[in-house]
Amino acid sequence: MPELSRDEVRHLADLARIDLSDAELEHLAPQLNVILESVASIQGVAGDDVVATSHPIPMTNVFRDDVVVPGLTPVQALAGAPAKEDDKFSVPRILGDEQ
Amino acid sequence: MSWIYRTAAEQAAALAAGEVTSVELTQAHLDQIAAVDDGGEGVHAFLHVDADGALAQAMASDERRASGSPLHELDGVPIAVKDVLTTIGLPTTCGSKMLEGWVPPYDATVVAKLKAAGLPILGKTNMDEFAMGSSTENSAYGPTRNPWDHTRIPGGSGGGSAAAVAAFEAPLALGTDTGGSIRQPGAMTGTVGVKPTYGSVSRYGLVALANSLDQVGPVTRTVLDSALLQELIGGHDPKDSTSVPTPVTGLVEAARQGGTKDLAGVKVGVVKELAGDAWQTGVMQRFEESVALLRQMGAEIVEVSLPSFVHAMAAYYLILPAECSSNLAKFDAMRYGLRVTPEGSPSAEDVMKVSRDAGFGDEVKRRIMIGTYALSSGYYDAYYGQAQKIRTLIIEDFKKAFEQVDVLVSPTAPSTAFPIGEKVDDPLSMYLQDLATIPANLAGVPGISLPSGLAPEDGLPTGVQFLAPVLEDARLYRVGAALETALFEQWGGQIVPPAYKEN
Repeated sequence: MPELSRDEVRHLADLARIDLSDAELEHLAPQLNVILESVASIQGVAGDDVVATSHPIPMTNVFRDDVVVPGLTPVQALAGAPAKEDDKFSVPRILGDEQ
Repeated sequence: MSWIYRTAAEQAAALAAGEVTSVELTQAHLDQIAAVDDGGEGVHAFLHVDADGALAQAMASDERRASGSPLHELDGVPIAVKDVLTTIGLPTTCGSKMLEGWVPPYDATVVAKLKAAGLPILGKTNMDEFAMGSSTENSAYGPTRNPWDHTRIPGGSGGGSAAAVAAFEAPLALGTDTGGSIRQPGAMTGTVGVKPTYGSVSRYGLVALANSLDQVGPVTRTVLDSALLQELIGGHDPKDSTSVPTPVTGLVEAARQGGTKDLAGVKVGVVKELAGDAWQTGVMQRFEESVALLRQMGAEIVEVSLPSFVHAMAAYYLILPAECSSNLAKFDAMRYGLRVTPEGSPSAEDVMKVSRDAGFGDEVKRRIMIGTYALSSGYYDAYYGQAQKIRTLIIEDFKKAFEQVDVLVSPTAPSTAFPIGEKVDDPLSMYLQDLATIPANLAGVPGISLPSGLAPEDGLPTGVQFLAPVLEDARLYRVGAALETALFEQWGGQIVPPAYKEN
């Protein structure tokens, strides 16, 4: 398996929306490579004849009648909000500089 | 004898007999927490203690007893809850700075069941951040210390629940087990922990680490107490779409049957792949003694091979990060949790990235990034796809094994508790702690860990694990209770950390 470069680790962090500092990158990148190297052993172990399992116990989608039950009040739903305004979550601008 | 040294079943019987009140029981445990749990030098099993709330619940329980209408056999017996389960009015941090100060507006189904049965909730227990770890050192609020030796880890992720029970701060606790987080801390602290069949206990209100692996279960000092607690928290829940409709029953009965030490007709399979040179000598010695006891009680012992187990850890450390990277995307600093706003005019994305960097610890970042990698196009088939196929092979191995035997047995963890700090920057060596416990989560089968003794070389607890087929949790309790009874006879009671023995 190819070793992840610092740039590739930074790219993964970007995809995961984590703003890694250079120091964190230095610390974490080698550890990620050790982990990936160890899990790479499973490549090719199971052939095409083996089906994939996503859940340990076979499941089908569950449907129920659409019954109205009490939900959270706006006060409850917003109780943990970092910022709120007019019974809504208040968030930073969502468009980047280039938009 | 102080009430805290009694088992939960004994405390329940004393309540029923009118020998003690729930307020007395609850106060005795709160006193023990105050005496031993100090975060600086103490056990630090608790992140939050709710003395007022627990005493109010205890008072209500006593009123019910007085009027002859207890809600449940365990009504009035106090309990501790892992901080990954939501609790109305009590902070729920998951051991993370990301959720510092968050107070959920709803109860987890298992918490609602505890309340409906009248168990006073003492507080929330410490854990590895978002349940990622095997030592509780990844808690953002500092490690929990093992009651057997405060310089050592109590296991993880549920080290707080296990340590609380081991140090007599609570007779019962709830834990969660995604790859061993109930069973491995049980082994490290000389206590009992059970991972029930996947889907048999509701996950609603359990902050998900990996949905296809997580399961809530009991943390106690005896097998019978675990049976009582699992029967209480189990059952179908319409709020959890992965909840199985078939109830798991007969657990208390099975534990009582096991107590008679008759295992005639029971076939036990020793897992060939979960032993060897990498396993600590004392762990293997106590394990072999336990197997000998099972044979003495009439069980037939055979060796079985589950060849795909050798790939279980690699498959797990792809499936788990994949699921957790997706689960933890919800911590986006917009609706709840930590928000850190950088200077200038940052966008939502900038705020998200800075907040997640500040709010998550190293292990969470590592697993999110591994998961992101495993799910990216070009690598998906080679890693995540393969891991899911190995999951199939492991399930097939279990099926074949259970055609030959009733239960499987192995040591719970490869070693006894290691010193705090030893593996913090060596994630792979930490992951090896879960070698024996992971296969059960991948296959959804139930597992129990109970103490098998103390390793002669270091005097620390060792654990033995039983695994049973899906929905056959009762088998664990029968065999587990039999072994426990035989061991308690040898030891003259349960093993207790020397510093926590009753004077």
